[in-house]
Amino acid sequence: MSWQLGLEHLKDLARGAAILGTGGGGDPLIGRLLVEQAIREYGPITVLDPEELDDDAFVIPTAQMGAPTVIVEKIPRGSEPVGALRALEKHLGRRAEATMPIECGGINSMIPLLVAARTGLPVVDADGMGRAFPELQMETFSVYGVPGSPMAIAGEHDETVVIDTGPDNQQMEWLARGITIRLGGVAHIAEYSMTGAEVKRTAVPRTLSLGLSIGRAVREARAAHEDPIEALRAALAPTLYNHLRVLFRGKVVDVERRTLEGFARGRARFTGYDGTSQLELRFQNENLVAEVDGAVVCTVPDLICVLEADTAEPITTEGLRYGQRVTVVGISTPDLMRTPEALAVFGPSCFGLDVEFSPVERRTEVLVL
Amino acid sequence: MRIGIDVGGTNTDAVLLDGTTVLAANKSATSADVTAGIIDTLDRLQAERSFDPAQVQAVMIGTTHFINALIEARRLAPTAALRLGLPATASLPPLVDWPERLVEAISGRSYLAHGGHEFDGRHIAELDPDELRRHAGDMMKHGVRSVAISSVFSPVSNEFELRAAEILRSELGDDVAISMSHEIGRIGLLERENATIINAALRELAASIVDGLSGAVAGHGISAPLYLSQNDGTLMDVDFARRYPVATFASGPTNSMRGAALLSGLDTCAVVDVGGTTSDVGVLTHGFPREATTEVDVAGVRTNFRMPDVLSIGIGGGSLVASDGELATDLVTVGPRSVGYRLTEEALVFGGKTLTATDIAVAAGRAEVGDAAAVADLDPTLVKAALARVAADIADAVERMRTSPDPLPVVAVGGGSILLPDDLPGSLAVHRPDHFAVANAIGAAIAQVGGEVDRVYAIDPGRRDAVVDEARQEAVDRAIAAGADPAAVRIVDFDEVPIPYLPGNATRIRCKAVGDLRLGTAS
Repeated sequence: MSWQLGLEHLKDLARGAAILGTGGGGDPLIGRLLVEQAIREYGPITVLDPEELDDDAFVIPTAQMGAPTVIVEKIPRGSEPVGALRALEKHLGRRAEATMPIECGGINSMIPLLVAARTGLPVVDADGMGRAFPELQMETFSVYGVPGSPMAIAGEHDETVVIDTGPDNQQMEWLARGITIRLGGVAHIAEYSMTGAEVKRTAVPRTLSLGLSIGRAVREARAAHEDPIEALRAALAPTLYNHLRVLFRGKVVDVERRTLEGFARGRARFTGYDGTSQLELRFQNENLVAEVDGAVVCTVPDLICVLEADTAEPITTEGLRYGQRVTVVGISTPDLMRTPEALAVFGPSCFGLDVEFSPVERRTEVLVL
Repeated sequence: MRIGIDVGGTNTDAVLLDGTTVLAANKSATSADVTAGIIDTLDRLQAERSFDPAQVQAVMIGTTHFINALIEARRLAPTAALRLGLPATASLPPLVDWPERLVEAISGRSYLAHGGHEFDGRHIAELDPDELRRHAGDMMKHGVRSVAISSVFSPVSNEFELRAAEILRSELGDDVAISMSHEIGRIGLLERENATIINAALRELAASIVDGLSGAVAGHGISAPLYLSQNDGTLMDVDFARRYPVATFASGPTNSMRGAALLSGLDTCAVVDVGGTTSDVGVLTHGFPREATTEVDVAGVRTNFRMPDVLSIGIGGGSLVASDGELATDLVTVGPRSVGYRLTEEALVFGGKTLTATDIAVAAGRAEVGDAAAVADLDPTLVKAALARVAADIADAVERMRTSPDPLPVVAVGGGSILLPDDLPGSLAVHRPDHFAVANAIGAAIAQVGGEVDRVYAIDPGRRDAVVDEARQEAVDRAIAAGADPAAVRIVDFDEVPIPYLPGNATRIRCKAVGDLRLGTAS
């Protein structure tokens, strides 16, 4: 069941990861180039299905944290994420047998692949967010009892920091954020070390292959001059993300952003081609809630993706510009991300929204689009 | 008086303008010898409308020479790319994502050195002069003639790029051209660096083209200053063009759109340029083309140039017209296949055997080209259906480019615009200005000058207005430095993007100012 990931997969994966980034997650392009270089140098990467893991196998996820705007300018040295992994291994006195993404949307779909290529470790086809989220405690790992601590952070000067906040993942996030700023606004991390049994119990499975398959579906539809959004729907249907709803088709008419508590918060408004109906989107790095003519049609943790109307190319919140022609879609998240425990960690209330979560497929039952 | 010239890959267009009045206009085939071609063009203008060269106040030229050189991978200088950022950035050295053919064409060599800044101005590492001298020695050994220098966060601080340039100049001498990324691009290291490397590779060609253009104009007795038009519709003077040829890359569509605006008198409109194979639809807002927001791939290299947002659809004068079935007129298709440049051999009106959109226009009495008798027998229902198809497809493209519910006037230019009716579905009025065939050259002649700022600012509480004013003033100052009339400079674009996860309200501000060129005061 394990398979080899090579150069030929990376563009599709980057596109799929940008869709799963749901407006945030950082541009996967630099991540893709990093992995391309690493595969050229070290060879292809082994991807393990989570069910293949021994229960006592030891897995250390790896990731990048920081500001997307810094990442496009300050490219990594390349050794930092492996540096974080090794620092955590040293601290724990145990070697990892595999690495894994903590986030399948955006650039963090790629960082574990860089680690895998450079170390020869396999990468597990699963993650802890099932999309992109802005903070380190927003993980299914965390929801279902795997602590993020101890975590290791590394910078490009070979410096490392280990943080151990016990079971308090929020405090871990807060301290790590401060260190990341000192390291220049972007850092690489290893955290949420766990056993194979814990991966099977707490991770969102097969999200790496999900990113790959939706990225491929969109590319193939474009090449065949077919509707890429329909192709996306078809690719999602057999997965845990089985509902895709077109929420809106229209143009960007207003974007408002500001920085609050270290996040890009804001809202965007879209007007339908008929000039009457409106969609309003609120975001905090990632898209949080979409309302059509005042009625909520989709909320976090379900995915809200703004796609370029003709090509289904995902548009990030930073990339939203007046006049863009877009299709906004809602995608259902897997059940393990919709439990009361999960919603307590990354549901609407965690982002200060006064909205109850209700699955997108239920909210849009009456929507005629 | 001013002269606008558009040197395209196929045609060279020229216009003589008095204010905004077209005194003379012509179109000729582009010649391989730039100087001779421009001299010939000026002769034709002179023949059409005699003018005193001393009365010409400015000559504006738009050219595709530089982008063609890159696409054809020829006439490029042996180039080195030096990046300051170690130990960061080592994973993706310069030129990493370039097509191999192009790296070979520029004999590209890539160097990494210590330096670079953090987002807040701290140093990633100190500059190491000995390391730079070693790199310079290697460049010399390999015959490098042009160098591109990039440094992490150089839009925040250009300190290291300036110092590195000084060291390289003292090692390599003044004959080696140096291009610095902070003068060329925005935030986004790889894209900015790519643009800088392209610029470096074009420096020698730029010198020879600029000399050729200047020589041709001076040879005609014109002593007025010479300008080249840039991608965003503003002008650069020729000395600037020697140093920044990359900024002239995509002036064609911009000039065509701005020319269309002048000819029609509309400054907010959709411009439909109907060619032989495609129609390009763009939108002008207050006289400037709306820019594309996605990264632009040029010859396989990812860059972040400012380019106009243009939607191309497969309808032109040479489009094939097909009908599926017996008078099933709603199944009539026009394009996307086209006879292209073979129109004058293959179209029915030219004695050919292919039914094209041009034949339809002639049959409908909208145009008088070729032999109208050859299409006299066309089924009128088919003609009507084909024209309706064209109108519907163009209207749909305009509709998709429209950003507000208000009706947007449409200006039609290009040889194929005879295909369009006077009104498009959705009650969009179509304007057909005179001289539509030379809209590009007119756009070049009326271009303005601009200045831009793109930087990350730390905004202290209560200081936002002051920072915004500072950024706007700097853009205005840059426009004036580039030759704008201080009395007429205005801000045309302002964009503020907060940087998440960073303290101090770090915000990226982009601001663009433009103004009319100050005429007659140039030395």
